[in-house]
Amino acid sequence: MIEFTPRKIQSSFWAILSPIISIAITILIGSLIFKILSYPVIESLYQVFVSPFSRPDRIADIFVKACPLIIIGLGLIFCFKANIWNIGAEGQFILGALCAGSFALLFPETKTYMLLFSMFIIGFAGGAIWASIPAILKVRLNVNEILVSLMLVYVAMLFIDFIVRGPLRDPMSFGFPLSKVYPDGAIISKVDFPFIGYLGQFHYGIFIILILCPLIWFFINKTLPGFQIKIFGSSTRASEFAGFNKNKITFYVLLVSGGLSGVAGVIEVSANMGRLQPEVSFGYGFTAIIVAFLGRLNPYGVVIAGIIIATAKLGADNAQMVLGIPKVVTGIFEGMLLFFLLASETIQKYKISIRKDN
Amino acid sequence: MTNNLDSMTFIEVKNLSKTFDQFLANDSISMNIKKGKIHALLGENGAGKSTLVKCLYGVVKPTAGQILINNNHVIINNPREARSYGIGMVFQHFSLFPALTVSENILISLDEKITKKNLEDKISITAKQWGLPIEPTKKVLDLSVGEQQRVEIIRCLLQNPKLLIMDEPTSVLSPQEINQLFKVLRKLANSGCSILYISHKLNEIKQIASKVTILRSGKVISSTDTSKISTTSMAEKMIGKKVKKITKISKNNFLNSSTAISINNLNRKKLSQFGTELKKISFNVKYGEILGIAGVAGNGQVELMNALSGETLGDPDEIIFEDKKIGNTNIKFRRSLGLEFVPEERNGHATVPDITLTENTFLTFYNTYLKNSNFLDDILLSSNMSSNDSKSIINDNDVRCPYSNPLADQLSGGNLQKFIVGRSLKANPKVLIISQPTWGVDIGAASEIRSKLLELAKLGKAIILISQDLDEIYEISNNICVINNGSLSTPKKTSKISATDIGILMGIN
Repeated sequence: MIEFTPRKIQSSFWAILSPIISIAITILIGSLIFKILSYPVIESLYQVFVSPFSRPDRIADIFVKACPLIIIGLGLIFCFKANIWNIGAEGQFILGALCAGSFALLFPETKTYMLLFSMFIIGFAGGAIWASIPAILKVRLNVNEILVSLMLVYVAMLFIDFIVRGPLRDPMSFGFPLSKVYPDGAIISKVDFPFIGYLGQFHYGIFIILILCPLIWFFINKTLPGFQIKIFGSSTRASEFAGFNKNKITFYVLLVSGGLSGVAGVIEVSANMGRLQPEVSFGYGFTAIIVAFLGRLNPYGVVIAGIIIATAKLGADNAQMVLGIPKVVTGIFEGMLLFFLLASETIQKYKISIRKDN
Repeated sequence: MTNNLDSMTFIEVKNLSKTFDQFLANDSISMNIKKGKIHALLGENGAGKSTLVKCLYGVVKPTAGQILINNNHVIINNPREARSYGIGMVFQHFSLFPALTVSENILISLDEKITKKNLEDKISITAKQWGLPIEPTKKVLDLSVGEQQRVEIIRCLLQNPKLLIMDEPTSVLSPQEINQLFKVLRKLANSGCSILYISHKLNEIKQIASKVTILRSGKVISSTDTSKISTTSMAEKMIGKKVKKITKISKNNFLNSSTAISINNLNRKKLSQFGTELKKISFNVKYGEILGIAGVAGNGQVELMNALSGETLGDPDEIIFEDKKIGNTNIKFRRSLGLEFVPEERNGHATVPDITLTENTFLTFYNTYLKNSNFLDDILLSSNMSSNDSKSIINDNDVRCPYSNPLADQLSGGNLQKFIVGRSLKANPKVLIISQPTWGVDIGAASEIRSKLLELAKLGKAIILISQDLDEIYEISNNICVINNGSLSTPKKTSKISATDIGILMGIN
């Protein structure tokens, strides 16, 4: 018989090991799926997990892909730590990109980076406003934030589609639903590494993570609001007993999370697209949920998790190109990873021992 | 003697041990329960009572030792098997679904198949037979706690048990209900059913049980006839040292002082579907006074505590502290005025289980720490302050920690409670509002907490004590009132209100 005894002390050993185990099991079952679908197993695994590291420019592209995932994931830490379930980061991402993009297009020919700077603020506000809708409904009317934030994703998708096909369509786009190209001052340029030159699409926006990550770590672990968020998430009644304002916390975590998703949207469009188009996100907002949990709601963990997921995504692209494996395979991998990760929390919380029955 | 089995023994436990990890919860326990006898199991929290009982009921499996029923070896793998051997159990915390009726609740737990109609008839018959009046079609949420306990007992009786295990059955009952329960238990015993009665209330054990087994740190300390042992020596055997007598302060110079806090026509909605609405609650507490609020659990104590602490708000003049109207102010503000609160729930309300004691100190002190300081540099400073304060709370109140600065849920119930009370005292409150301070706390810690409360009153502080434990209320209160179904009786002097009066005020006959 298998026996579960609650651990008295949280095992930090297992806290680190359990994501690794989850990844290992995911790979194992993934190979099984490749086998069943009769793809060459080793070759497939190589394409998915190793090929993204095979060239410097490919490695650089991992960071490009990971950038929006990490920034959104960092924002989601706030919500998830407080037990507020923001599932609508995708919509907040889109709104951030849309607001900042519309603003940029008001100032054609602008070269100064003041424009980009304002776009960050406007993008943050756009995402935050979108997240404030579930926040207000939750605080005022106790409406479930999961449903509202999720449904607003589809509203956001249709909204940007309408804007790009209608008011903001470039008359010179030959009927394609594309906006005009951003002015120079709104473009995040690629990094020209000394002696190496450009590496893939590696751009300056990625460096924002270097600032955000320690900042958020400090905020969560060392400040009173960070403490309040943690306490609110782990025990609502105790946080009320301490006198923390429940509504304020709910409101602000959603705002910050939405705002950071918006910033991710600004960076993604300004660095990689240079104009608005109907599709600005490719499920980043949803994938970032997995990234946040895979990173154990720790800012540094989120960075690592973002890189792992981005690797798998790029690997799946390669696998499709080289072996013709459908890209949806990554979806399966992501799903399995989250599943095993949540399951492996059991190992962290309980000591499992096998006992012989008499 | 235990090895010499006779036909009068129903169940015998031989050298039973149970370890969790390295912790020895039961250390080769031997005892036997005779047929048709009421056998008490006495011990402090953590003495191993519940582990032993869980072994008997098949919830946990013993690591070593044997269980014999009617002189035959048995291995009890799960509660269903325990029931098939004729063992029934009434847990301290009932496992009933509030939204279902009595018969539906019983139906889902029965091992045999039976139609609802037949079951209802059966319940009525059993209820009548044993003097446990209950309406099978009533929903559990409409039942009082005493009635819910009857449902649990009937559920066991339907299986014709040979042994009924009762875990702290009186902790939620009024004096009258306790008498009624004892009648039922005696009747059951006379019919040949053995009863294992778990309690830490010595008087009750003396009153109802014929034999008592005392456990301490997992071992049997004594097993004897209740007629041959005094309550004092039971208590000493249970805690392993002499019990400190609490002496009530006869002279309290503050008692004629001014009113500290007055509550006027306070109304609050129920907190949950199964909560209780507070109706026009009014009382005053003077400095130096301890007001005891007695009552059976679930009669509005939680709502009252939340209203007093400011976790639920109302009109300003519902609560007046000195001359300030504070009925609409939050807990933070009330703390800053010198009110302190100790809610009933230790884990998850008074403290957060998975953070350290230092952080838990910070939890209620942060406002004081950060009051006169600016943002960033004081976070580190205040963590120093909370670390110092938490250390002094631990030292001053004899809180025993497994190592320095542990997580809150690594303390035993009694030690955590000492910490929580100590934290409130550290804030040097003018008024302390404390709910169920010694619930589930071992005798030693309980008497320490009560002495602290008396000391505090002696210093001229006002105390509102909400408690289910009548002995405790009598022991330290100056005035007593009773909360029943959300209404509060007029406070009376402790010497002028008898347990019977209180029982009547509790609204149960």
